[in-house]
Amino acid sequence: MKKIYFLTKVLFTLLLGSCSKDNKTPEVVNEEELITTLTATLVPEAGGTPIILTTRDLDGDGPNEPIITVSSNLAVGVNYNGSIVLLDETKSPADIITEEVEEEAEEHQFFYTIGSSLDVTATSTNFDSDGNVLGTEFLLIPNSASNGLLTFTLRHEPTKPNDGLSSAGGETDIEATFTIIIE
Amino acid sequence: MRIYFLTILLLSSFLSLSQSCHYTLSGIVTDFHDGSVLEGATLIVAGTERNVFTDFDGKFMILNLCNETYSIQVSHPYCLTKGYRIKVSGDTVKSFKLEHHLDTLNEIIIDGRIVSNQSKTLQEKTITKEELERFSSGSLGDALASLSGVSSLNTGNTIIKPMINGLHSSRVVIINNGVRMEDQEWGAEHAPNVDVNGINKLTLIKGAGALKYSGDAIGGVIIAEAAKVPFKDSLFGKTQLGLASNGKGTFMTSQLTKSYESGWYGTLQGSLKRFGDFETADYILSNTGINQRNTFLKVGLNSFDYGFEVFYSFFKNEIGILKASHLGSAQDLFRAIESDRPLIINEFTYNVFSPKQEVTHHLFRVKAYKGLGELGKFSFQYDYQKNKRLEFDIRRGSDRGNASLDLELDTHTLMLDLDANTTDQSNIKVGVMGSYQNNFALNTGVRRLIPDYDKYDFGAYLIGDYRFSDHWLFEIGARLDYTEMNVFKFYRTSFWKSRNYDQLFSKLVVEEFGNQILTNPKLNFHNGSGTFGVVHNFDEKYKIFFNYSLTSRIPNPSELFSEGLHHSASRIELGDLTFNLEIGHKLSFTLERKNESFSYSINPFVNNISDFIVIEPITANSTIRGTFQVWEYRKTNAQLLGVDFDASYVFKESLQFNHQSSIVKGLDRIRDEALINMPPVNTTNEIVYYYSKIKNLRLALQSEYVFRQNEFPNTDFEVYIPDTETQEMVEVSSPPPAYHLLNFNSTIDFNFSEKSTLTVGFQITNMLNISYRNYLNRMRLFADDLGRNFLLNIKLNY
Repeated sequence: MKKIYFLTKVLFTLLLGSCSKDNKTPEVVNEEELITTLTATLVPEAGGTPIILTTRDLDGDGPNEPIITVSSNLAVGVNYNGSIVLLDETKSPADIITEEVEEEAEEHQFFYTIGSSLDVTATSTNFDSDGNVLGTEFLLIPNSASNGLLTFTLRHEPTKPNDGLSSAGGETDIEATFTIIIE
Repeated sequence: MRIYFLTILLLSSFLSLSQSCHYTLSGIVTDFHDGSVLEGATLIVAGTERNVFTDFDGKFMILNLCNETYSIQVSHPYCLTKGYRIKVSGDTVKSFKLEHHLDTLNEIIIDGRIVSNQSKTLQEKTITKEELERFSSGSLGDALASLSGVSSLNTGNTIIKPMINGLHSSRVVIINNGVRMEDQEWGAEHAPNVDVNGINKLTLIKGAGALKYSGDAIGGVIIAEAAKVPFKDSLFGKTQLGLASNGKGTFMTSQLTKSYESGWYGTLQGSLKRFGDFETADYILSNTGINQRNTFLKVGLNSFDYGFEVFYSFFKNEIGILKASHLGSAQDLFRAIESDRPLIINEFTYNVFSPKQEVTHHLFRVKAYKGLGELGKFSFQYDYQKNKRLEFDIRRGSDRGNASLDLELDTHTLMLDLDANTTDQSNIKVGVMGSYQNNFALNTGVRRLIPDYDKYDFGAYLIGDYRFSDHWLFEIGARLDYTEMNVFKFYRTSFWKSRNYDQLFSKLVVEEFGNQILTNPKLNFHNGSGTFGVVHNFDEKYKIFFNYSLTSRIPNPSELFSEGLHHSASRIELGDLTFNLEIGHKLSFTLERKNESFSYSINPFVNNISDFIVIEPITANSTIRGTFQVWEYRKTNAQLLGVDFDASYVFKESLQFNHQSSIVKGLDRIRDEALINMPPVNTTNEIVYYYSKIKNLRLALQSEYVFRQNEFPNTDFEVYIPDTETQEMVEVSSPPPAYHLLNFNSTIDFNFSEKSTLTVGFQITNMLNISYRNYLNRMRLFADDLGRNFLLNIKLNY
């Protein structure tokens, strides 16, 4: 049985000239549109140490959970200029995905979702060529001392303009939630 | 054995010299199945060099025979050649019955009931050419779903996967013109690459009825075949044109055959189909168009003793996937399900954008047979299939417009079969098969859904049947397969460790690349499969079939190697490298009554499957893209129980009532809960008015009622929605309500000339334009099913 099988295998490989593929190992796929890291940098308008919000998930859709950090608390009375940077840190040097997003601004939008217990206002300060919200830059104004969740959601190909996340459609590329404390 | 035979022949010819030989053997040669007389059959008296032909009435006469036993070989171009031992004593009358040629090059099956390649003890259902033509604008799956016991697992309305008694994909084998389709059929959203317009007849066997091709058809086998070519000088063909309102579709198909009395023939076929966005009763289903092309060419020679055929077909399909179904995370899924209407509805267009699928399938086959005299008939088949599957997601940057999935599957198969010449009552077939398959996944910048692999398969089978009497037929068959897979798979390091594979399979590691590990699993499987069955005819009307089949299936690449996000399902899917064979035991019983006025069949079955591989949700996983539900393949023991029922009653010559219903229950016996995606109970009733005197007018009104599926595993899960700051239940499992569709169908024939007929057909599906959703359609979470459709179909036969 083994012998017959072996003969058939030899016959086939010879006949079909397929042996060349046997020993070739496939090339590794480095996922090209992977986003591993979102960093939101909040720079106080009047100057001072920026506050950095980071979420990092180096194994993409693998089993490891993202690691989320917030560098410090926000202060009432300070307006923050925010900017979002998306990176693929599996590459070296890291790919800056924000550039692609900004190039295709008409097809992307960042949404800011503020938890009800958190008293801040977030407004987009950059727009696509149609005048619709892009949102990689924004203004964050803490209104009173409070704490709660702030979520940044990047949608690819949403309906633009729209009335918010629930009806915008499209595909979520990033959803990052941070616990914010305002003093 | 052969020498023995020759000696007897030799002896008998010697003997014949020494006797007074003036007797006559006369009689008639008829078709075994329908009793029709066979003109032009050849009778050869072994050892005497004498041959005679049957006349127009199928009658023959052989003169000057002696009082002894002769070996007579009876043959006919359409039939299997048979040898008989006839004892002549005085003037003898003997009638011969021939079975239709089972294995001619032209086709696999001529008569569904008695076929060499498939089981005789499983009742099968066929769809004839006329019925198929009504599905010209649809797909193979649409046509099959018109049979009881067959449903379809849909992704939208153009990706239609046939489902037999609740099983689909890798568990259903499709044989296209004698070739087992290898077209990434494991995927639930991969439609069969067979054009419904290129086939003349479809046969469904609800069990492992084709051991010649496979032993792993746990669900069943579908056999598609092109038209057979007659033995005469002829040129004929057909052209069909159609227009459909829903999707503003057009299709055209044309076929031309040239045949010669010498046995040479050739057929060329081509078809084109184009549909834009389909619509429901209320809105357009954006990006659901389809663009399909198919062609086949076959050339061959058939003769009494030998023959060959070369067949080539090309199939290309571009299918749009509902735009609103393209989602990111579970949060997106929740919002899409919550919305009554799809979140994206655009203007109608014929253009198909991402997400979409583009599949091409080439099939090349060479087949030849040669009669080996007393030994039987030997046949050889080599086939080559090349399947190219591209799946496009919505991508960003420089990858825009590039496929996310690019798979190339090449399969070579060699088959050698011997159809042994045995006695009148029995048949034996034996054969071996070898195949080589290579899957190559191109680097698209998205991790490979299934890995590169080489697969070798070696199989051997033996099938025999014995007709005990006119009333009883027994059948037994067995098949053994050995399969070896050599795989190169990249695993994510985090997954490799979380599964403990670094302990279990450390030897498989070839190289480490940052956060990925290249591994080289080498898998091998031995499978055995078999079937045993009995058919009993009580009388002209009643017949019972009983069949037991043992099937074993090796896990498919997705079950073994999945580990990551499956975009089109927006979930993470995890396979298991440790899976082994899935073994099915199916018992099927059929009571059939056939009569001119009232016919029915009842077919209860039970299918017990051990190590049944199911995929089901286990948890939800947070990623930077949001939450995703994690679905994992696991093994369980499954039981499928059901009944299919068909009946037809002829009120009078022109009025007929047809009924069909089927029920199937799927049970996970370890968890003691229902299996996912089981077809709900459904019943179809139809009134047909047929009047041959007015141009074969046929009017049919059909009612299709599909109940709600009440038995399903609850796979709903909770997800946090930031907008509302609530945990919400994502209802992915709850089935939609019952629905009732009314369909109308009519055809009328106009005779142009002696040789050409024009048939005009008009159909309306979903006449009442109701909004409904189908449990077995994966798009039911996002959108309604199709609204009303008017279809005009013009066919010219010439």
